[in-house]
Amino acid sequence: MAQPSEAPASGTRLVDHFQRGLDAPICLTWELTYACNLSCVHCLSSSGRRDPRELDTAEARSVIDELRRMQVFYVNIGGGEPTVRPDFFELVSYATGSGVGVKFSTNGVRITPAAARRLAADGYVDVQVSLDGATPEVNDAVRGPGSYATAMRALGALAGAGLAEPKLSVVVTRHNAGQLDDFKRIADEHGARLRLTRLRPAGRGADVWDELHPTADQQRALYDWLLEHGEEVLTGDSFFHLSAYGRALPGLNLCGAGRVVCLIDPVGDVYACPFAIHDRFRAGSVRGPGGFAAVWRGSGLFAELRRPQDGGACSSCGAYDSCRGGCMAAKFFTGLPLDGPDPECVKGHGAAALAEVVPGSAPAPSCDHSHRTRPRRAGPVPVAIGRRPPEATAAPPAAPCDESPLAGFSPAAPEA
Amino acid sequence: MQPAPAPGPAPPGPSGFDPGRAWALHPRVSVRPEPFGALLYHFDTRRLSFLKDRLLLDVVRALGERPSARAACEHAGVPAGLLPRYERALAALAAGGMLVPRDGEP
Repeated sequence: MAQPSEAPASGTRLVDHFQRGLDAPICLTWELTYACNLSCVHCLSSSGRRDPRELDTAEARSVIDELRRMQVFYVNIGGGEPTVRPDFFELVSYATGSGVGVKFSTNGVRITPAAARRLAADGYVDVQVSLDGATPEVNDAVRGPGSYATAMRALGALAGAGLAEPKLSVVVTRHNAGQLDDFKRIADEHGARLRLTRLRPAGRGADVWDELHPTADQQRALYDWLLEHGEEVLTGDSFFHLSAYGRALPGLNLCGAGRVVCLIDPVGDVYACPFAIHDRFRAGSVRGPGGFAAVWRGSGLFAELRRPQDGGACSSCGAYDSCRGGCMAAKFFTGLPLDGPDPECVKGHGAAALAEVVPGSAPAPSCDHSHRTRPRRAGPVPVAIGRRPPEATAAPPAAPCDESPLAGFSPAAPEA
Repeated sequence: MQPAPAPGPAPPGPSGFDPGRAWALHPRVSVRPEPFGALLYHFDTRRLSFLKDRLLLDVVRALGERPSARAACEHAGVPAGLLPRYERALAALAAGGMLVPRDGEP
């Protein structure tokens, strides 16, 4: 049906529409389980043990039905380790059979040659294998003994099965920031695409962030490396705070929390983003009346996030239009005000603000599913003294929001 | 990997797009209406694109049933003065693989 034939308002940028929210998320992360075979020190969701309240198969299928009705193009599945769910492959098939694409993150533990062939046969599936060191020493110190070998075996299986362009997904840390070329080489050797994401101080990541987040010099080198490699390297829009150095990185360069992005956790709770598992950012539950759509469209928290944001302490900074104050979750979990600088502000405002945070005053995660038993660990673990005992600080990062389609996406096009 | 549509207005007469012939959405493209227009996702290239207004959405929806892109524009009610602009938008979508020519039709 024809609309009134008005010329589109050419001054409105797409990012402005995105800031006000969409009818459904572009990029939805769904953590299927808190269970994980690993105990990564920086796990965003403090995963390890399964939660008895996790969505069962029927509930998970009804979530997929709802995503289909809302025309969510694809869902980023993570955990925990999603593949340890006995119904994992069943749910993947159900989603792709419903026209909902699946991108999932895995440490590789269940990616056998047979599983890889099955995945490769489904044109709606993308696989991200997590690796946080280009050498076993660097990787296994963070992800646990044997995890490097597991990831490489999975990459080999995927390559052997002919799966189209698997992703090698790396959280950039102080210890691997110098290995970017090595990661790229590993990805290239396996026909994979490299994906770099930011270390967030969420979940157990809060305990190790001080020791593991890249130094200022490393951030600058990372920015230059990302500019040099452009869209061939994916970032999930992870590093938009680095745009304050000058040129914008590929992607939307905005915080999509509650606007274009959100998280469904294993028990069906909906949070503003995958890095913000905390009551402060809990918008509702898919088990509530109206399901996920009611949360996405009616949550008071999401309405608040979709209102124009005040730059607060950052509004007088010349770089604010580039970085927009950075990552909400990074600020929150380091004890910084949400309307102030990102803790890794490239202008140094974050470091100054962090110096004023009263030790111990940063919010703790609202839930913790870390393994209670001592993880199998070869060497010393770089952990700060925190509220949890050090033996409980370990499991893989939840899948950060993969916005790979956005990496090639120009908000200015196509103009009508 | 398909190139993303070029930012900004496409140059006049972009190669490969003839508004006089029949076009259709690529069968692996999904269209989701949004208040500002629509989002498009291509399941082969894993690329996201968007339609910046609802009228363009009407044009895209009409493409598959009309003998030409230009006829689809007219059917959707694009004013004659805006035709070049909407044809450029369609050309950008075609360049990104979102639209494909309908075979067997002139």
